[in-house]
Amino acid sequence: MSYIYYPGCSLKGTGRAYEESLLAVFKALELELEELHDWNCCGATSYMSVSELKAFALCARNFALAEKQAKKSGTTDLVVPCAACYLGLNKAKKYLDQYPDIRTKVDQALATANLSYNDNIRIRHPLDVLVNDIKREDITAKVKRPLNGLNVACYYGCQIVRPYAEFDDQENPQSMNVLVRALGAATVDWPLKTRCCGGSLTGTVQSVGQQLSYFLLREAIRRGADVIVTACPLCQFNLECYQNEMSGRFDAPVHIPVLYFTQLMGIALGIGDRELALQRLFVPFKPKAIMRQVAGGANVGN
Amino acid sequence: MSVINAKSNGTPKVGVYVCHCGINIAGKVDVQATVEFAKTLPNVTVATEYKFMCSDPGQELIQKDIKNGLVDRVVVASCSPLMHEPTFRRAMSDAGANPFLFQMANIREHVSWVTLDKAAATDKAKALIAAAVKRIVLHRPLEKTKVPVKPDVLIVGGGIAGIHAALTLANAGRKVYLVEKEPTIGGHMAKFDKTFPTLDCSACILTPKMSAVRTNPNITLWTYSEVSQVEGFVGNFKVKVTRKPRYVKEELCVGCYECVEACVFKKGIVKDEFNVGLSRRRPIYIPFPQATPLVAVIDPESCVQIKRNKCKKPCVDACERDAIDFNQKEEIKEIEVGAIILATGFKTFDASRISRYGYGKYPNVYTSLEIERMVNAAGPTGGEVHLANGEKPKAVGIVHCVGSRDSKTNAYCSRVCCMYSLKLAHLIKERTGAEVYNFYIDMRTPGKGYEEFYDKLLKENVHFIRGRVAEISDWSTIMDEEGKLVIRVEDTLIGAVRRIPVDMVVLSVGLEPHADADSVRRMFNISCSHEGWFLERHPKLAPVSTFTDGVFLAGACQGPKDIPDSVAQAGAAAAEALVLVDKGFVELEPNTAYVQEEFCSGCKTCVGLCPYSAITFDDRKNISSVNGAMCKGCGTCVAACPSGALQQNLFTDEQILQEIEGVISYV
Repeated sequence: MSYIYYPGCSLKGTGRAYEESLLAVFKALELELEELHDWNCCGATSYMSVSELKAFALCARNFALAEKQAKKSGTTDLVVPCAACYLGLNKAKKYLDQYPDIRTKVDQALATANLSYNDNIRIRHPLDVLVNDIKREDITAKVKRPLNGLNVACYYGCQIVRPYAEFDDQENPQSMNVLVRALGAATVDWPLKTRCCGGSLTGTVQSVGQQLSYFLLREAIRRGADVIVTACPLCQFNLECYQNEMSGRFDAPVHIPVLYFTQLMGIALGIGDRELALQRLFVPFKPKAIMRQVAGGANVGN
Repeated sequence: MSVINAKSNGTPKVGVYVCHCGINIAGKVDVQATVEFAKTLPNVTVATEYKFMCSDPGQELIQKDIKNGLVDRVVVASCSPLMHEPTFRRAMSDAGANPFLFQMANIREHVSWVTLDKAAATDKAKALIAAAVKRIVLHRPLEKTKVPVKPDVLIVGGGIAGIHAALTLANAGRKVYLVEKEPTIGGHMAKFDKTFPTLDCSACILTPKMSAVRTNPNITLWTYSEVSQVEGFVGNFKVKVTRKPRYVKEELCVGCYECVEACVFKKGIVKDEFNVGLSRRRPIYIPFPQATPLVAVIDPESCVQIKRNKCKKPCVDACERDAIDFNQKEEIKEIEVGAIILATGFKTFDASRISRYGYGKYPNVYTSLEIERMVNAAGPTGGEVHLANGEKPKAVGIVHCVGSRDSKTNAYCSRVCCMYSLKLAHLIKERTGAEVYNFYIDMRTPGKGYEEFYDKLLKENVHFIRGRVAEISDWSTIMDEEGKLVIRVEDTLIGAVRRIPVDMVVLSVGLEPHADADSVRRMFNISCSHEGWFLERHPKLAPVSTFTDGVFLAGACQGPKDIPDSVAQAGAAAAEALVLVDKGFVELEPNTAYVQEEFCSGCKTCVGLCPYSAITFDDRKNISSVNGAMCKGCGTCVAACPSGALQQNLFTDEQILQEIEGVISYV
């Protein structure tokens, strides 16, 4: 199976580890990703709140390019790993579907660039692809290093399932948990899996932003998690980068590796550490050492 | 139904009477202009107007013209036929004319109430009058048929509504069949400890009525039974009732509990339905000590004798009356009744559908029905309110509107939850002394003594926080929350998000139609609202009737209702049923279908289509025929008949075409 791949800016910058591990895992599972040629910014949350119409036009350009590329590559599925891009593109697609006045203006904008959008693309999250397009036993069959004994907290963040819930439950999503369990690991019961990580507040009002991240980390540790996995570049950054600062600021110290879910999958699939960009982590996760450590440990959670 | 020979003495004489309906019609339609227009139409001999045609002087206008021989067919241009067709038909009958030589042009609901422009409204009124005049010329005199009515009544559902309706009819001397699918009657009310707002004991007021049902000679009580087939029509229903085997002979069992005590399972192994899963029962059981009938029942799903034929059967040895019978089979009873009352009740909302409230995940999150059993002195905890670990709660949160007033689950208000939440708040505080928090969107206490009860709770220092609860979770942000359930809510009165730590949460679940409500309504051929509640004929003026004559509604199957309302509606349904069966006959509308035998090709298309099984096929003559007493005049067969052999009184092809032509020729 093949897909058109929309990386977005984060996966080329702070979220490089996400891109590198995603490409490696998809390759290992024989899923082809072909980067969208000449893609542009999704508008992110900031443009959306300043001028929705311009944000929709930005997204629509990507759709139009994807449709063009689809003619050659034969797939209309656009895989969008970044949570913010995924939400933004989904929102644009829905608005273009539902509001003819917005659609007319966006169509005009596209026409000036000799482009058109004809509703022929599907927006897919990698989790959606990995849970729905391939059989779970096919993943399990490719596992070379089962993660037995490892307790994982799966963190979805706020954007992937809300508000659109395209492929998973809005309030209690399961897709990442299902994938992680297919690798042999256990997932901990952690009711904060869709709670806010602080978002951009960690950059603007640090005390509030870090407080939010801190609750997530402390509770995951309390519930026996060895590692947190996520599918959002900003969540990963917030949860990982301020752990030292938070440990000083709040009552209990927090220290726990925060990985992209694709990195954890790659470890289980036997892909090399560097290919999975594990060296880019600030809180190190050394598979060999950790697996040795948990092998004797108690298994908690479900 | 039959067709009387038309008095064909010359050309038809049509009278057109246009109603002002005060300013309801005259405010938008130029009535004078429509009258002048009507005068120009062929066959119209009289055209006039009046302020209120439905009033006595209005009707007399028509009657005078009929008696004076000026008109023999009448068109009234006024409101919907649903409103006043019977009025004008009666007026015609009284004046000696056939009531079916009458047609209404609806220029109120279809014109004046929905048209802004006066000229357009007048034009449309004219078109509708022209259509009615064109069609009335083709009307033939028809007669209603009288059919005798069976005197007995079937009531489906043995909750408080069904019980009250049954007793009312039985006390009036009518024979009643009361069918209940559970092993006992009593319904939800039997599970409650107290009733709001008087706090009188639910069992004390219900059980006398239950035993009255048992002893009343006019009532045949069939529990553990379900209606499996309904045929026929108003006054003449043929009903099959399936009686499930309870493996205990009802006529012999005295409810002594010896068999239950003797069962090989010394502890309960199955979730006790009566205690909504808070306790466990044995395979042989009596639902509760006041069950009616007080007869044991064996659950075939868990009894090892029935499942595997491998038990020492101590229950059989224990029964001194030899009442246990493992060979009992399902039994089908066939009855004929004149009227049916549906009182099938409701189910409570499945709280696990809202995952953020943690029902089924956190052991101390309960539904209101579970707490009803817990506070009941005869319940599984003997009336003690305690947590899963046996301790008394120090703080309890009651979450209102779970599965109500929410576009994601049910948009409607379940009507009873505010009041029962207040009742539970009072009882929990009384039993435990805990701090009790109510989380509400709006307090809805419109009933006799209800607002006063709310006031009483305020004085009892129960907390009220206005806001829909966002989430219930077990993780803490501060020390006070450690080990507690935390209710997160936006307090909309102070405008802030709050986190309230509690030990126990009560989810005040809303009311929903039964899962099988749709198949039940199909069996009885009635409609339901989009939520699935059975639909009354008119929300204000026919609240217990349905669109199927002879089928009435009582209690919460029609929509959420508390006990007083259910009982009131049950009484009304009983009275309506009594009116029907006491009259002794029904008059059937003559708008039925009939087969023109010479055109019928015997294709049988109509036979399978008829929703009322009114069409039979004559194999010898190779034609279909319609039973006029069963035909409801829906027109399905008429539309489907490929050869045009099926026609319908009051809706013949020619009448409809002329009506259409009337509209088009005007436009």
